[in-house]
Order: sequence, then structure tokens, then C-alpha cells
Amino acid sequence: MQQNFLDFEQPIAELEAKIEALRLLGNDSELNISEEINRLEQKSQELTRNIFSSLTPWQITQLARHPSRPHIVDYLQYIFTEFEELCGDRHFGDDKAIIGGVARLENQPVMVIGQEKGRKTREKIERNFGMSHPEGYRKALRLMQMAEKFKMPIFTFIDTAGAYPGIGAEERNQSEAIARNLYELSHLKTPIICTVVGEGGSGGALALGVGDRVLMLQYSIYSVISPEGCASILWKSADKAPEAAEALGVNAEKLIELDLVDEVIPEPLGGAHRNHKEVSASIKQSLVKHLNELQGKTTQQLLDLRYQRLMNFGVVD
Amino acid sequence: MSWFEKLLPSRIRTSAKKKGVPEGIWTKCPECNAVLYRPELERNAEVCPKCDHHFRMSARQRLAQFLDAEDQVEIAKDLEAVDRLKFRDTKKYKDRLSQAQKLTGEKEALVVMSGTLKSMPVVASAFVYNFVGGSMGAVVGEKFVRGVNTAIEQKASLVCFSASGGARMQEALTSLFQMAKTSAALKAYSQLGLPFISVLTDPTMGGVSASLAMLGDVIIAEPKSLIGFAGPRVIQQTVRETLPEGFQQSEFLLKHGAIDMIVDRREMRDKVASLIAKFTHN
Repeated sequence: MQQNFLDFEQPIAELEAKIEALRLLGNDSELNISEEINRLEQKSQELTRNIFSSLTPWQITQLARHPSRPHIVDYLQYIFTEFEELCGDRHFGDDKAIIGGVARLENQPVMVIGQEKGRKTREKIERNFGMSHPEGYRKALRLMQMAEKFKMPIFTFIDTAGAYPGIGAEERNQSEAIARNLYELSHLKTPIICTVVGEGGSGGALALGVGDRVLMLQYSIYSVISPEGCASILWKSADKAPEAAEALGVNAEKLIELDLVDEVIPEPLGGAHRNHKEVSASIKQSLVKHLNELQGKTTQQLLDLRYQRLMNFGVVD
Repeated sequence: MSWFEKLLPSRIRTSAKKKGVPEGIWTKCPECNAVLYRPELERNAEVCPKCDHHFRMSARQRLAQFLDAEDQVEIAKDLEAVDRLKFRDTKKYKDRLSQAQKLTGEKEALVVMSGTLKSMPVVASAFVYNFVGGSMGAVVGEKFVRGVNTAIEQKASLVCFSASGGARMQEALTSLFQMAKTSAALKAYSQLGLPFISVLTDPTMGGVSASLAMLGDVIIAEPKSLIGFAGPRVIQQTVRETLPEGFQQSEFLLKHGAIDMIVDRREMRDKVASLIAKFTHN
């Protein structure tokens, strides 16, 4: 039973509640109501398929931020083996909003780095809701350069509302930390595959988002500014976030149409949070496929293609 | 406005308004309130002769004064934004663009020139802050990269005067990706052993600050410029404490090790030339 239904999922929630009630009744009495339950379950699936076939960008934004949506801690468990976390930027601290370390993907040593928002309240605070300080990006860069040195491919998992806007973050030069990652990642001599799994929020997401492939989960979003932020600047009202989400085209489907991302990874019916294992398997399949493609290239080819890919963004004649 | 003034017909009301400084001839310094004669201010590189306040300056004027007068060639001057998303908020993006063009006389928010600085080959760019907040969209990114490519071809030094609110929202993710595009080009340029001097002017924020502007071999700021990633208002709302005195100003950045030096605009040409001469001694 799912605990968190979003507004637009209310009809599904009601149906699921009915099914649950019937189940309880079935346990109590000797009545055979399994047929009725089956019928309702089919109906619920159909309803879900129906609702999910025409989601608006704003509804997708809510799914991307869903409280039960799988995070990197889940993907580390389901996609990789032997994960060993590596901590710290060696200068200031260890930013828990970014997790990184070495692991194996189908036995091959790899580097995995991603944002973690945290799930329980204490965890969220410890991880600063997935919003990094400069030391987080510097830790990520340190690990990425280590991956280059030891010839390991890099997998990043993007899920952040953005880089943290705070006093300390500015004092330690948030701008430079992000810029430095963009600069170095563009020329790092190892395959880099970036996957947006939740929220791809602005520069804070891009700092882990420069690579040979950028993949997006079906109900993830990627944007230059949050719909709320955009709405409050351009519409002068955060209530206009749904309109802003639409105008910005934050959803994967739109972004692949614009040729800004390489692949959309399908999610289980009803969204990734309904089945963490299933979505992990889909991601894994995709990562392995892309890695094989990339490992068939020489380093020079890899770098040339990556550079060309970056230069093609918004090319104007 | 008092109730009495409200009663007056608007025609009379305007004439009753406090007389300001006539546009075009006199300018009031917002720092020291001195009333300054426009042509004199222009001769002084838009710096208040009384208190050294640095006014914002047009990109074209800046480059014209910075480079040697002869052999200035503009790069990619005709590029114009394409509204791929048909973006519309309270206004159409297309209308914002044509308004900005009318206001500034520029086609986009970046001007790029190749030329010489005290006879040394240089490609210099400057942001047009009045053009949609100097924001970086596809054209700004593309122009910047073409400037970098020209500098690579001519083995020229690179200088950029930034003044920008950040990425251009109306171009959505494409504008965010300009951060990666410009940074990648700078890395390619840097590998050739050529110098990039980044000059931060008021204001340099967001996506521009978090990409090309912070990637200079040497980073210079003009005095008292606002420089940072997140805007002070956003930070204030997030942390709910009073921001420290001078937060995100050039002097704050110098103290925290984010920039190399603060240079008065009137000495910029000499200072940058002297740096480039040392970096390109071979």
C-alpha cells in the first residue's frame, strides 16, 4: 500500500483504499471476494495508466520530488555492488548532500557520485535536503579526478533542488566550485554517464551533469531554475509555478525533443516510487548499454565527441 | 502622494513634480550625490571624479576604450536569439528581445571584439547588462565560444568583462547548458597555454559567475561590484539572518580569496596589459 498519493492521483488513492478495505473484509469473513478485488485492481491499473498517460510538466515536477522516490542510496544498493564511500574535499569538510565512492557495476570497478536529499527529517537536515555547499562539488571533483587516474568510468546521479544559497557557501565560492567542475569534466579522460533521477536543479545539478551521456528518468525534471523560482521572477507569483513548468519544458519528454538529453529511461507504472527494484533494473540496463558504447571508443574519440556535444548546445547559424 | 495631489489632473501633477536632473546632460552620482557633467563622466570612464563610484558602462564603450583604437573587428556581430520554446510569461520572450534591442541598440547581451591591447593580440568580450539583465542564452554562449575560437586561431589572449544576472530563464535548459559550453571552451583554450583574464563588473551573478567568469587565470573585479552565485535576497530568505556588511562585494571576495585583485576602471587597460605581457613573454 502506497502512503503518499499526489493530488492528481486522488482517484487512484480512493480506489486503492477500497481494495484495501475489501482485503481486510476478506480476511475477517469467509466470503470469497477475490474476484471483486481482482476486478478493482485491474481498474486501478487502468486508471493509473490513464492518468499517467497525460501528465502535465507540473505534475511530473511533483513526481520528481515525491517523498518516496528512490534516491542514490537505493540505487547504490540495487545497481552496484561493493560500494565504498569516500569522504571529504580535503580542504574544508565533507558535504553529506553529495555521496561518492568506488563500487562495481557488473564486476567492473566504477566511481559513483550523486546527490542525496535524505528521507527522514534528521537525515534531510544532515544532508541539507540535497543542496550542496562548495565542498560537495569539490569532493565530487576530487573523486572524478581519482576515477580518471585509475581508469574507472564515472556514473553520476542527479537529484537536487540546486546549490545551497547560504552565507558560508558564498564565502567559500560556490560559483567557482561549480565552474571548476564544468571546466574539468569537459576534458576528463574517462567515460562519464550522468542520470537525472529526480530534480535537476540548475547549476547545482549541472556541476555533476557534464559527461558523454545525459540520461533522464521518465518523471524526472531538469531546469535552469525551479518552476517556483521562475514564476516568482517572471510572473511575480510563485502560484504560477505550473505555468512556469510548462513554459520551461522541464520534463524529460520535452528535453529529448529539444535534443538536450540522450535517453529517457521508462519508469514503472505510477512512477519510480511504486517499485524501486524495477526502476533500478531499468537504469542498470541503460547504464551498461551506454558504458559499452563508450568503452568501444579511444580516449581521443571520447573527448572529441564530448566536446562536440557541448558545443552543439544552442548552436546558432 | 497626498490626497490633494491625487485630485489634480495628471497634466498638472507632472508639472508639479520635483525637478530632477535633465536626462542626457547631467548625472547624479548615487554614492556621493555629486551632480556630474555627462561628457566629463564619459571622459573619466564612467567613474565619478568626486568619489570614484563606478557607474555601469555600455559594453561597446568599454571595449572601445579598452582595446587599441585601430584594428578592432567585431566577432559574430549579427547573431540573434531564436525563441525555440515560444516562451511566454506575462510577456512574450520575443517581445522582450525586441524591446532589449531597441533599448540597447545591441542584437544580444554580449559584444565580442578581436583587436590589440598595447599591440598584443587580444580577443575581448563584454556583457550588455541592459539586455535582459545581461543574461546568458544560446547566442551569448555561442558568441563567447566563437571569441575563444578566434583567440585560439590567432594565439591571442582572452579578456572578458562580465555583467550579468545569470542564465537566461526564457531559454530554459539550453541556457543552463551554456555554462558547460563556455567552460569547456575555456578549458580547451587554457590547454594551449594562453591567458584568460576575467574582469568582474557590477553585477556578476548566477550562471555567468558559476561558469566563465570564475575561470580566469587571473580574476579582477571592479570596486564594489556585486559578485556571487545566489542573489542576496534569495540567501536572506533562505538563511533568515542578516547578511554580513559588504557581503558579495568585490572587497568581500578579495578577502575570502575568490579574486586576485580589485582594479579601478581607469587603470584597467594598463593593469591587464601588464599582466598579459608577462604571461605571453615567449
